[in-house]
Amino acid sequence: MKYLEEYRDAALVRRVLDEIAATVTGEWTLMEICGGQTHSLVRSGLDRMLPPGLNLLHGPGCPVCITPLEMIDRALAIAAREDVIVASYGDMLRVPGTSGDLMGVRSTGADVRVVYSPLDAVTLARENPDREVVFFAIGFETTAPANAMSVLQAERLGLENFSVLVSQATVPAAIRAIMSRPGGRVEAFLAAGHVCTVMGWSEYEPLAEEFSLPIVVTGFEPLDLARGIAAAVHQLEAGRAEVENAYGRAVSREGNREARELIDRVFEPCDRTWRGIGTIAMSGLGLRPEFTRFDAIERFAVSEIDSAESQICIAGEILQGRKKPIDCPAFGTDCTPATPLGATMVSSEGACAAYYRYGRREGAGS
Amino acid sequence: MCLGIPGKIIATAERDGLPMGTVDFGGVTREVCLAPVPEARIGDYAIVHVGFAISLLDEDEARATLEALRELGEVEEELAREEAGEPAGEET
Amino acid sequence: MNGTDPTLPDCPLPHSHRGRIILGHGSGGLLTGELIEHLFRPAFANPLLERGDDAAVADLPGELAAGGRLAISTDAHIVQPLEFPGGDIGRLAVCGTVNDLAMVGARPLWLTATFVIEEGFATARLERLVASMQAAAEEAGVAIVAGDTKVTGRGLADGVYISTAGIGVVPPDCETGGALAEPGDLVLCSGTLGDHGIAVLAARGELAFETAIASDIAPLNGLVETIYETGAAVHTLRDPTRGGAAAALCEIARQSGVAIILEEAALPVRPAVAGACEMLGFDPLHVANEGKLLALVPEAEAPAVLAAMRAHSLGHEAALIGRVEAEPPGRVVLETTIGGTRIVDMPAGELLPRIC
Repeated sequence: MKYLEEYRDAALVRRVLDEIAATVTGEWTLMEICGGQTHSLVRSGLDRMLPPGLNLLHGPGCPVCITPLEMIDRALAIAAREDVIVASYGDMLRVPGTSGDLMGVRSTGADVRVVYSPLDAVTLARENPDREVVFFAIGFETTAPANAMSVLQAERLGLENFSVLVSQATVPAAIRAIMSRPGGRVEAFLAAGHVCTVMGWSEYEPLAEEFSLPIVVTGFEPLDLARGIAAAVHQLEAGRAEVENAYGRAVSREGNREARELIDRVFEPCDRTWRGIGTIAMSGLGLRPEFTRFDAIERFAVSEIDSAESQICIAGEILQGRKKPIDCPAFGTDCTPATPLGATMVSSEGACAAYYRYGRREGAGS
Repeated sequence: MCLGIPGKIIATAERDGLPMGTVDFGGVTREVCLAPVPEARIGDYAIVHVGFAISLLDEDEARATLEALRELGEVEEELAREEAGEPAGEET
Repeated sequence: MNGTDPTLPDCPLPHSHRGRIILGHGSGGLLTGELIEHLFRPAFANPLLERGDDAAVADLPGELAAGGRLAISTDAHIVQPLEFPGGDIGRLAVCGTVNDLAMVGARPLWLTATFVIEEGFATARLERLVASMQAAAEEAGVAIVAGDTKVTGRGLADGVYISTAGIGVVPPDCETGGALAEPGDLVLCSGTLGDHGIAVLAARGELAFETAIASDIAPLNGLVETIYETGAAVHTLRDPTRGGAAAALCEIARQSGVAIILEEAALPVRPAVAGACEMLGFDPLHVANEGKLLALVPEAEAPAVLAAMRAHSLGHEAALIGRVEAEPPGRVVLETTIGGTRIVDMPAGELLPRIC
């Protein structure tokens, strides 16, 4: 496939890896903050092809993993109602709530459907006028324009039976939170390429300056990831701290204006809870007041929910890059992709699932 | 958060007031919303995430990056050959 | 033939019931008799079935007298939609059991077929599925010699569920099994991965994508015979179905206590299947086939086996995809296109598209 295969070229990747190895003189800690990048790194084996001095942490970049427990419990409560169809992206179906997940609740008669696109959820609402359709709108900024469009389209079509359960997160506030917490040792970030396709990279400039942090906008294919890491390493070795774009074919400084307008029409910034981390100010998106009638929490009166996390799960520490999956006593034993205790094991791009699936079970060097 | 795949726009149409395109991913096609990329034309490549085109691909940028890397490789090979005392290689 | 409404689909059954299966067709009386007489028997026509007794009685095949062994297998089939590009539940039911028998080196002989049909199912559609089963049976050279039908209430069987059992004979000198792979063996694949899974997913329509990919349902016993005719020692045969090649290879690695090392660059995958997997975030190794096989053979024999597969109509795209080593035992490892490695695991369950 064009624009994919070229970026999986073994010789070109090798070349960049050699460049990284030749440039690194000390130990550096980098963090990527995108589930898609976690997945790609581990799937290609690239994370184990880096020189030993580079410590690459997987940050809270998986929108599935950071969706608060209460949100999942809300989705489950709504799904249990007879007149409702819950439409969701596939990765959310196996995320554990307090007791059960969206896939499991199907066996008790709940109607939960997987959709690839938010517009497919709108279509479901049109085709089922006598049922309520609730779309579980999760994601980072990459997904926000599409989620926003579903609300606008439902409005345009005059649909009375469509609502959204919103759990949107934004990245820059998360970077600030990670860098502001004591004990943090991240020295450079790989910024999520497709988040920046939408938002551009200007929001990262104040962060680079405030925290003396190289931030490199990075893509997803092995060559893109290697180049992003190489750029970060060059900056670290040279003592620079700038925002740099290593994904030029898909990202510009301004991002996508039309996409951002879609977001701004429907959503506004708000505080939000990140599962395993806690509340981060202005790190989420919520529906603007004029769209309250599409808010599933209002429509189904599910604002008060009792939620309880597993006591054993250390997903929060993993999401913040403080621990690795193999540091968890339950990893691979009580907690596996088939029997997940927390979100980072459920989502296939959660760090724990990625480590488990791709064989990082025995610790560093295995 | 970003499973965005490059695909080629092979048709465009309006549906329910939205600009939509048929995008081909190497033999699989899907309807994609083109609202975020109003400048899109048939033949363009777009990055598609959850059924939305979030960007068109910049062909020139892409080519420039790959060419730079390939040239770098040739220069390195050339240098390696010189160091090993071998005669200069042919232009590839 | 239903005599009441010319707009209803043609139905072979004499009694009027508006071209649909009703509960009475499953209760063993007159209507069941009609179903057998006018739909199943004509379609599956063969001497064993013709006798019409409670059980089919067959002569012992020659191989058994010579010291061969019986192979017995069974499968239940549930698929939505019931008909899709490249096949249907009927073809799937026949080929699924034929292939299970072929994978242990058996020559498949006889199949049974049981139907659980939902009340209201169109008889013309049942006829079509049954015709497809017979076509598949003829391709495989097997006969469907016994069967049963039950009818369940509306909404309880997704249309129809079909279950098949099969009997075959394994030649006396044949030693093929999941526990017999050895370090040094090579892993061959008869063709492209993931075709069936993507074709069915597309046909289901929930993810709203289109493709020309057709399911690859096929009876593999002919291809297996070709492989044995090379004279090679065939250690293991397995047809990847649910769970894809990953599930099949993980099982073999576990059963044989060996490591299977795959080369990502060598995996045959149609561009459209690759495209669908990229779009949805699937691994082609996890996507089902229904007409491909994996063969683990000693290294020295691999070239002859590969050539034989490629000469067969079902093996034109056969490829060498990996090798067997001693360590790490029970694991399947993929050497990635960029020179890295990762472990290939069993898929956790239903394949779910991801956004990340």
